[in-house]
Amino acid sequence: MAFDYEKYIRPGKLPHIWCPGCGHGIVMKGMIRAMDTLGLEKNNTAIVSGIGCASRLPGYIDCCTLHTAHGRAAAFATGVKLAKPEMTVILVGGDGDGTAIGGNHFIHACRRNIDMTYIIMNNYIYGMTGGQFSPTTPHMHKASTTPYGNPDPSFDIAKLAIGAGATFVARGTAFHANQIDKLIVEAIQHKGFSVVEILDDCPTTYGRRNKFKSVIEMMNRLKEVAVPVKAAEKMTPEQLAGKVLTGILYKEDKPEYCSEYQKVIERAGGAAR
Amino acid sequence: MGRIEIDETRCKGCGLCTTACHLKLISLTREINVLGFTPAVTTNRERCTGCALCAQLCPDLAITVFKDK
Ligand SMILES: Cc1ncc(C[n+]2csc(CCOP(=O)(O)OP(=O)(O)O)c2C)c(N)n1
Ligand code: SF4
Ligand code: SF4
Ligand code: SF4
Ligand SMILES: [Mg+2]
Repeated sequence: MAFDYEKYIRPGKLPHIWCPGCGHGIVMKGMIRAMDTLGLEKNNTAIVSGIGCASRLPGYIDCCTLHTAHGRAAAFATGVKLAKPEMTVILVGGDGDGTAIGGNHFIHACRRNIDMTYIIMNNYIYGMTGGQFSPTTPHMHKASTTPYGNPDPSFDIAKLAIGAGATFVARGTAFHANQIDKLIVEAIQHKGFSVVEILDDCPTTYGRRNKFKSVIEMMNRLKEVAVPVKAAEKMTPEQLAGKVLTGILYKEDKPEYCSEYQKVIERAGGAAR
Repeated sequence: MGRIEIDETRCKGCGLCTTACHLKLISLTREINVLGFTPAVTTNRERCTGCALCAQLCPDLAITVFKDK
């Protein structure tokens, strides 16, 4: 038999709450495969989220999980990691949770370079609350709060993460399902703050307002815009217009926060770890 | 050769598996399942290669792939 997801799913929790065709389920499966590849122990793995459809993910996973306040996954996760540095800590959430209300927590977790992995499911919208525009809603696209088009320019989450100091930044899409686990594996193995942005779809509140006839069309769009970083090297700026780079976009070795914090503990006379 | 099983009680009829299968072995039924959706079914089962492309894309963990040696 092929891969068995059930061993990481809490008994009786499926079917999940996500709408037909919502990519969050695809991302969850990628994360489970990554956990399995790395042989992560359930008692030594914490999955932390804020609020939103994407943030419902930890509820399905059989390991240590925290479903916290909107935008605050990074704050709670930082507490877990500092108290238990030996734990693998994974944050999950949406674009609204992570770049709007939680934007500050996000950039400071990047800046601190604390050894955690943040999987951010970017469906360009506040899905859970009915499709209000988020900081990643594309310019002039429609949301329930911007029925004539969104005048705001949008955030590039990967660039934001790199600028703020994250030391591993990758991007994938829900369509490229078999790449998701590979990116997450590399992200978890990296010592420092790792961000994995997954371009996702919300057929219910974003797709239907923006002329996507079906979830299949939304997936085809992800397929069209994604260009692997390697392939992009051989392309002209004209060919790259409107495209989004996927794969590992940035990687750097820098001092990690728990280790630096431990040094301060020892300077102050505390016990060595 | 391979075989897939679709858990009808989990399928939300999104149709992603129908496009994922390059051999077009999956289609949506017109019957309504317990969740209120029209679930996917396999046709021409004997042609399935067990490539798992359909299962990879299913957001609802409804497809299990079996691959015979
Ligand atoms: C403090 C607070 N403000 C606002 C809300 C309402 N709220 C719930 S989810 C959400 C947006 C979630 O969007 P996103 O993180 O993109 O997740 P998605 O639903 O799109 O997966 C908002 C604004 C809340 N729950 N708590
Ligand atoms: S509202 Fe959008 S993000 Fe939320 S479950 Fe439905 S499709 Fe997914
Ligand atoms: S395993 Fe491959 S060939 Fe078989 S139904 Fe799925 S996609 Fe089609
Ligand atoms: S992808 Fe999964 S949920 Fe969607 S129609 Fe196929 S089996 Fe059903
Ligand atoms: Mg969202």
